[in-house]
Amino acid sequence: MQLAERNRLRVRFRPGGLAPILVIFVVLLVLLGTRQPDFLSPPSLMSFLGRSAPLILLAAGQYFVIVAGEFDLSVGSLVTAQVVVAARLIDSDPSRTWPVILLLLAFGAAVGLVNGLITTRLRVSSFITTLGMYLILVGAVYLWSDGAPKGGLSEEFRRFGRRAFEDVFLVGRIPYALLILLAVAALAVLLTRSDFGRTLVAAGGNPRTAELSGVRVRHAKTLAFVLSGLAAAVAAILIGGYSGVSFQAGAGLEFGAITAVVLGGVALGGGRGSVVGAMLGALTLETLFTLMNFYGVSGALRSTVQGAIILLAVAVSAMRSVPAKGIQ
Amino acid sequence: MSTALTLPARRAAPGVFIALALTLAVGWLVVTIDGGQLFSQPTTVSLLHVAAGLGLVAVGQTVVIIGGSLDLSVAYVVSLSTLVAAEAMAGSNAGLLPGVGLALGVSAAIGFLNGMLVTKARINAFIATVGVGLLLKGYLDNGYDGPAGRTAPVLVQSLGYQRIGPVPVSFLLLLAVAAAIWVVLTRTRFGHHLIAVGGDPQVARLSGVRNDRVLIAAHVLCSLCAGLAGIYLASRLGSGAPRVGTEGLYDLESIAAVVLGGTALAGGSGGVAGTVGGVLLLASIDAILNQLEVDAFVKQVIRGVIIIAAVAVYARRALRKAGS
Repeated sequence: MQLAERNRLRVRFRPGGLAPILVIFVVLLVLLGTRQPDFLSPPSLMSFLGRSAPLILLAAGQYFVIVAGEFDLSVGSLVTAQVVVAARLIDSDPSRTWPVILLLLAFGAAVGLVNGLITTRLRVSSFITTLGMYLILVGAVYLWSDGAPKGGLSEEFRRFGRRAFEDVFLVGRIPYALLILLAVAALAVLLTRSDFGRTLVAAGGNPRTAELSGVRVRHAKTLAFVLSGLAAAVAAILIGGYSGVSFQAGAGLEFGAITAVVLGGVALGGGRGSVVGAMLGALTLETLFTLMNFYGVSGALRSTVQGAIILLAVAVSAMRSVPAKGIQ
Repeated sequence: MSTALTLPARRAAPGVFIALALTLAVGWLVVTIDGGQLFSQPTTVSLLHVAAGLGLVAVGQTVVIIGGSLDLSVAYVVSLSTLVAAEAMAGSNAGLLPGVGLALGVSAAIGFLNGMLVTKARINAFIATVGVGLLLKGYLDNGYDGPAGRTAPVLVQSLGYQRIGPVPVSFLLLLAVAAAIWVVLTRTRFGHHLIAVGGDPQVARLSGVRNDRVLIAAHVLCSLCAGLAGIYLASRLGSGAPRVGTEGLYDLESIAAVVLGGTALAGGSGGVAGTVGGVLLLASIDAILNQLEVDAFVKQVIRGVIIIAAVAVYARRALRKAGS
């Protein structure tokens, strides 16, 4: 009884709640609005949401991995690999668009599956597995394309990332990317409410207990990596469409996604946080980057900002969990 | 990472040296069939140079890993250290000591910050050091586009290029540092405390070890080693290089070398001798692939596979041990 009571209280006041990130997001939005009032007009806001879709997708994918107590550091290189592979395979031929999109999704899932199996079956720490995968993907993609991206994306492929329904009533325009994002977000929320989602949180919170209570921890974790790989594939389709083919397409996105997840109140090490928080974290991070842009801060400082956010967010949540540790 | 059952102070596994011998033998055979020479003077020298740079970082990494922590900021510390050293020296021999001192000072400060974050702010070591790494990355990306500063010529001539027979001075420096760390780990109170903290922090604390101080000191030591590697690289390159650490993959490769050397990633056991073996193994593989003129990108793929495989093999072994 007492435990249930305490858990209920923790649900409301725990660091993983949505309130802090919402406050930060609104403050940043107000700052942006005062600096650049145009930004808050519906069409520009819609474009901003569309532009932010890839990072939000990656944050959702990363959420599943992190809440299960693992990391996926391979997503940035996976996005790069996907974009380069897509360009070479499509080779500007519109008829190949759909088969290649299916292939990309399968590729993303396969990379996630390998990450998951190595982590759960061979018991390699996930940061080593996924950093190793990062090296392998970067090396393989350079090798396969002889050091420079080849081919080109078809307009059919690119429209997902850069086209929109124009002249929409009230909001002006709705980017395709935003619709894809909403669909994936709905799916992600559904997943977290399913048995699988609860299993993941249990696996991250206390793997031993979860295993002893008959939960299939390994399956759940492997599936989490697959989801992260799939999210990277969808993000790659949007990024390829929006900014075209380059070896830098996905550079640094893994840390962007992790920062977003942490910012959204998800506890690193697993067991706490919500996917909506993670996605809000990504949106907040993109808002912050836009704000930095408007204030003329160099883009090179982004990683410093991310580092500071990670350290601050994790330190704050570690401080808050002191009493909980004391009880144990 | 439950470590309660690991026995402390396990002897350094000779496995890595057997692997090294096998790799060299097979490598020699393959290279010879290919029509090359693995043990020629230039190959050996460059192998030992590669080993010196990686080795300095890996020896420091060993210290934190034994303490149950980890340092993923080392690659950025290496880069920063080359820049601090080269810019302070500005190409004059008079700047040698201030340059070296400043580079080591900055490195030690970063190590101290890492240690404080891990112990006082109680942030998971992986996150804390990745976070600090990102801070440094932003500073480097923002401030530098390419090489900067100039290393003191006397340092370039001595640490950078001088050698005794086929053995570069830098490799001797690595051996000296490794020996010093070996003494620290096996013969001093700090070393024993560190192993205790890595094995079981709770038990260590209850037996009167000041865990926080020990771990902070370990992080300072690790960063100092990375800083030293940076000074060595500055002496090789003649200037500071803002991306030399990340491009050299010093973070991952140093961890791989430590794991290959038989140090448990979970902390509490292992040693510096094994790490030197691991470093030589990685450097030999590098040399063999170079001799076979393997494409740089293939090399990177192979590196990734080796790192994963090394940790997987270790994890298997630990699992079997826990089962028996």
